[in-house]
Amino acid sequence: MAFLWSLAAFIPLDNYGHYIHWGVINISVANFIVVVLMIMTFVAALLLPFPGRNRRKGNQ
Amino acid sequence: MSTTEIERQWTTRLRKRAAGKLPPEKLLPDTQPAYVSSWIYVFGVTTLAALSLVILTGFILSIRGPQWWHSSSIGHFVNSMHLWSVEIFFFAMIVHLWGKFFMAAWRGGRTATWMTGVVTFLASVGAAFTGYVSQTNFDSQWISTQAKDGINATGAGSIFNVLNLGQMLMWHIVLLPLAAVLLTAVHVLLVRIKGVVPPFEEKTGATK
Repeated sequence: MAFLWSLAAFIPLDNYGHYIHWGVINISVANFIVVVLMIMTFVAALLLPFPGRNRRKGNQ
Repeated sequence: MSTTEIERQWTTRLRKRAAGKLPPEKLLPDTQPAYVSSWIYVFGVTTLAALSLVILTGFILSIRGPQWWHSSSIGHFVNSMHLWSVEIFFFAMIVHLWGKFFMAAWRGGRTATWMTGVVTFLASVGAAFTGYVSQTNFDSQWISTQAKDGINATGAGSIFNVLNLGQMLMWHIVLLPLAAVLLTAVHVLLVRIKGVVPPFEEKTGATK
């Protein structure tokens, strides 16, 4: 349990949030990271081969 | 009762219509078209799995109540599960939305499928928002006092008061989840009726 508490301390959650300002755009770093992760997931979903895809094609 | 009378019953007509539109092999198919073998097609079902977890953890939170989710370690755990399943729900739903948008998934008479997805998304945003203002902590107080001016500016504040905890909690645990789950069910049934949208056909004979 103590190990888990020390692990949680790696990410300080008691500080003020960090924000990115770019013109009219104002987004928290946390939300920005989530948006970047979504874009990365989307691109990976398009590019990565799906398991068993060739086998299914062969059966047709 | 004569055969004609039985045929005219609304239950008979409804059953025949439902069975015609959605026979069992179409409702729970054995196979899917080859083009579904892509990671981009898994985000719809990921969204469904996350929604199931949201509902399950929501039930547990409803049974035990705010004192429990604020003060006990298991309550914290279930509360966190509720939050993180919502995070995964929206994450997967957005990637699903992008995928379907670029596939133009409304093609082939799938307008109702697309629109039920759009309305489900809006209902889910409302459910998430009312969840944030129903936490019964300083965070929910901050969010509700920040949101009230925006909501009041639209005129909706007269019937939708974000500072009214009882009203927000009812929207969060009854109305919006009911809407989201029912719409999701209709959305999935429409996908089963119309089938998964195929990719765009390759243009043949195109010159470079």
